[in-house]
Amino acid sequence: MAGQQDVFRIGTGAGFSSDRLDPAVDLAKRGQLDVMVLECLGERTVAFAHRDRMADPRRGYNSLLERRMLALLPPCRASGTQIITNMGAANPRAAAKRTCDIARQLGLTGLRIACIEGDDVTFAVPNTQPFMDEPGSLADIGRPIVGMNAYLGADAIVPAIEAKADVIIGGRLADPSMYLAPLMHHHGWKNSQTALLGAGSLIGHLLECGMQITGGYFADPGVKDVADLDKCGYPIAEVAADGSAVITKLPDTGGRVSEATVKEQLLYEVHDPAAYLTPDVTADFSRVTIAAVGEDRVEVANAGGRARPDKLKVTVGFDAGFHAEAGVSYAGPFAGARGKLAAAIVRARLTETHGIKSPHRIDVIGLSSLFATAGATQDDSRDVRLHVALRTVNREEAETMLWEVESLLCCGPAGGGGFRGAIMPAVMTKSVLINRSLVNSTVEMFVA
Amino acid sequence: MTGPRRNELSIVRDIAHARAGDKGNTSNINVWAYHPDDYDLLKRTLTPERIRREFPNLIRGEIERYELDHLHGLNFVLHDALEGGVNASLNLDSHGKSWSYLILGMALDP
Repeated sequence: MAGQQDVFRIGTGAGFSSDRLDPAVDLAKRGQLDVMVLECLGERTVAFAHRDRMADPRRGYNSLLERRMLALLPPCRASGTQIITNMGAANPRAAAKRTCDIARQLGLTGLRIACIEGDDVTFAVPNTQPFMDEPGSLADIGRPIVGMNAYLGADAIVPAIEAKADVIIGGRLADPSMYLAPLMHHHGWKNSQTALLGAGSLIGHLLECGMQITGGYFADPGVKDVADLDKCGYPIAEVAADGSAVITKLPDTGGRVSEATVKEQLLYEVHDPAAYLTPDVTADFSRVTIAAVGEDRVEVANAGGRARPDKLKVTVGFDAGFHAEAGVSYAGPFAGARGKLAAAIVRARLTETHGIKSPHRIDVIGLSSLFATAGATQDDSRDVRLHVALRTVNREEAETMLWEVESLLCCGPAGGGGFRGAIMPAVMTKSVLINRSLVNSTVEMFVA
Repeated sequence: MTGPRRNELSIVRDIAHARAGDKGNTSNINVWAYHPDDYDLLKRTLTPERIRREFPNLIRGEIERYELDHLHGLNFVLHDALEGGVNASLNLDSHGKSWSYLILGMALDP
């Protein structure tokens, strides 16, 4: 690997909104990282965050922000590790202020917390905007919009790094951009060096899902065994100035880093491997090389890149009413037959007795559920669960569905037990493209 | 990691590993041969036509196959293949995370 003397160490401290915290603390203490990235925002997560903010203007950021910052700020300050995160979700300013309060509470005087804003374009995008990848426009949905966020790239994050922030908090910061920005700043990569931007985006893409590259979402006992997933370590990339990197993890953690774990993540949620679009670059992963260079050490190199897309992607979140689920279980001889009978009863009660037309689905888990549409079924099982799902804008319909499933305890097949039911708020998201000129990101510093 | 013994070969899982992801109503599944010698068999087995035939009710749109020959891997992009995707699907697995095992469960070509 070229540039051994100047290796930048970047690691992941969360790969999604509910990811584990204790391995992040371990990485902060022992990882000697230059930067730790916490990627905590999905398309739907940001829509739910907008709903939280509507309910309480002081909220709308990642619900685990307080616990994460309390645990991570002290070790990161001790090791001089910069934190970059999109935990701000729909309210980065509130998240930054809250983090500043926590830093003061911890006695971390002088800690610099940068807040990046400008991704919220809710009032800048017209209702006539066409969808990015399907026919129609925003106006066709006919449901209230909860928020719109543009994906901000490395150019929105670099100014916060230049301003010497210890913690950088944004909302819809694009996942790979949170890794690319510190790499550009440290290694002096320019916007015109698109192959290097592609290389940095590859590293971001590989690390952004946390343990999905260190053995998580991978184990298949007998063919793909992974040790100690309960103690799995988060990934680290040791990145050279030429954009090549070694992916690894801390010693004495569970999981594994192998060519196979890296391959599976290389094309995770990627369509054309030669054209992975980010706000920063059109990255080319089609010629990437992957080579084991030691125990839990895999070198990646040879990513490419071309000019960035002209427009920015925007996620639009809509209030979609309610998503309700309920179930009852059957076990023992011919449980499958009793489960199927329960399904027939509920179907008749929902559609004939109550006239419910909202989309709903009835599965018998153990006979067919996940692969039902794919055509996989079994005739019988000794342990099955009726599972009913319903989406509606009418809460009373959702309550009726739960009521009907629970009533099976006395009115349904023999031996039914274990009713559970829940009604959850539902969101839907759509994507549109907008001109970059509509998005002006800003950085504001809070000092503890 | 070697996969099972070769005399037991019958399904894709015996020679390959895979991961599924989602974007809207589009699923993508990457599939990798454990051993370079099995890559041709993998390519022969997993044609878009064969996958479409196997799951006609689930995969309703186009299927694209990208080949990463130097890594012995294939990437499938399955359009209109997630029962509406996470916005609309009432499948317990509304992201189609488990779809990788649809591919891994397919019978290998003779």
